[in-house]
Amino acid sequence: MKPPPFDYHRPAGLGEALQALAEAGSHGKVLAGGQSLIPLLNMRLAAPGHLVDINGLTELATISADASGVRVGALARHAAVERDGSARAVQPLLAQALALVAHPVIRNRGTVVGSLVHADPSAEMPAVLALLGGSVRLARLGGERDVHARDFFVGPLESACLPGEMAVSAFFPALPERSGTAFCEVARRHGDYAVAGVAAAVTLDEDFRIIAARVACVSVGPVPVVVDVTGVCGQRPPASVDWDEVARAVQDRIEPEGDIHATAGYRRHLTGVLVTRALRGAAQDAARSGANDAGEGRA
Amino acid sequence: MSERTGEHRHAITLTVNGVLREAAVPARRLLSDCLRHDLGLTGTHVGCEHGVCGACTVLLDGEPVRSCLTFAVTVDGHEITTVEGLAERGELSPVQRAFSECHGLQCGFCTPGFLCTVTAFLRDNRTPTDEEVLEAVSGNLCRCTGYQNIIKAVHRAAEIQAEESG
Ligand SMILES: Cc1cc2nc3c(=O)[nH]c(=O)nc-3n(C[C@H](O)[C@H](O)[C@H](O)COP(=O)(O)OP(=O)(O)OC[C@H]3O[C@@H](n4cnc5c(N)ncnc54)[C@H](O)[C@@H]3O)c2cc1C
Ligand code: FES
Ligand code: FES
Repeated sequence: MKPPPFDYHRPAGLGEALQALAEAGSHGKVLAGGQSLIPLLNMRLAAPGHLVDINGLTELATISADASGVRVGALARHAAVERDGSARAVQPLLAQALALVAHPVIRNRGTVVGSLVHADPSAEMPAVLALLGGSVRLARLGGERDVHARDFFVGPLESACLPGEMAVSAFFPALPERSGTAFCEVARRHGDYAVAGVAAAVTLDEDFRIIAARVACVSVGPVPVVVDVTGVCGQRPPASVDWDEVARAVQDRIEPEGDIHATAGYRRHLTGVLVTRALRGAAQDAARSGANDAGEGRA
Repeated sequence: MSERTGEHRHAITLTVNGVLREAAVPARRLLSDCLRHDLGLTGTHVGCEHGVCGACTVLLDGEPVRSCLTFAVTVDGHEITTVEGLAERGELSPVQRAFSECHGLQCGFCTPGFLCTVTAFLRDNRTPTDEEVLEAVSGNLCRCTGYQNIIKAVHRAAEIQAEESG
């Protein structure tokens, strides 16, 4: 089908964009990569009165990484973030997760920030932001605020971005040394939204015992479900952790629903399997990064 | 349609297959429809209009994108390559020849999307592995071939490309 008519705004700068959004109020929407919004328009599931197209705001196509983390601007496409060497070095989970977001051709247009605002509970990037405790910077005419991931995801397809506001960037914090990450998911076909998926981050101490372990689960609740499993892992080396117990602890915290792709029970089962797989992968990754750091220290 | 609804039309200029083209389109005109209806380039096919099938894939400034998930106004001033622009001086491109040689198409509905996707893929990765080829075409659906000959065609195209540049 074809999209319904709308008034089109193509601001030349951020100020102009915020002005247009302020005037449009609840009838306005930002058009970023269009990879979620245009399907909704084509299917006539959305009919905004005004679209503010930010594709001309190249000043927002930024990716900057330093020791504290990676800040991604509103026009940074998935593909650009995935390929960015410094982003990958500071926060490898970004590229690990982006490889699972749709297909390469969709990633050429879709934006990381758009994905966060879209807030699909099956999407990877909201889980990454939630797991890392990142934040989204929202701008409106005459003001700006940073919203922590914990408060940003409000419900399915609902974020804290209010009418008149635009997300200008998102910040993905780096992890401490001897940390590792992984993203594991099961999808019907490669590139589809996940039936279940788990992002994991693990930090080891100097003796390579787990001192922090967290997961964020997708497709099993209205928003990404973050569970801290540090206590269940119990400051043990990864090889002696009771992973089944860790998986059960996470399964107790999720509220999956059934649909045509999977029953609630199957989603719960998959999540358990993926929790173990992702945490073990993250622990291995952490051990490797710890060994590398030690190697560099000696050299 | 827009004549009837009296929608505002935007004057846009696109460089399509190296030729400067102008059109006056309502903001909601999809790039796929602009190419097919406004510019008469019906090589770009439209299967699903929600990004899933890949038939509408064209190159935007050299990178493959879904033309059904792009508004024509958004890409005003940019370069588009469609399947009609892949042949060089009347001769089929290496990717096109490989698809023909390996029977990488039957009805041909999906083919323009595959050709555009694979052209950009082999430009960036001249010696792809089996895995990489699978990933590259995973976003394109074909109801006829069963994909095996398409995969063969991608590898064959890489060979032709190497032979011709070496
Ligand atoms: C076939 C297909 C498969 C896909 N599979 C996956 C998948 O497996 N995983 C996944 O995560 N995603 C998937 N996607 C979605 C894709 O990742 C989108 O790119 C992403 O969800 C939205 O980003 P966008 O830039 O395209 O946003 P748009 O489509 O432009 O916008 C989406 C929504 O966010 C709002 N918005 C966007 N940017 C801003 C901003 N800066 N400020 C305020 N509001 C904003 C828009 O108003 C709109 O409501 C898929 C898409 C397709 C077509
Ligand atoms: S028509 Fe564009 S992806 Fe199917
Ligand atoms: S050749 Fe018929 S759909 Fe691919």
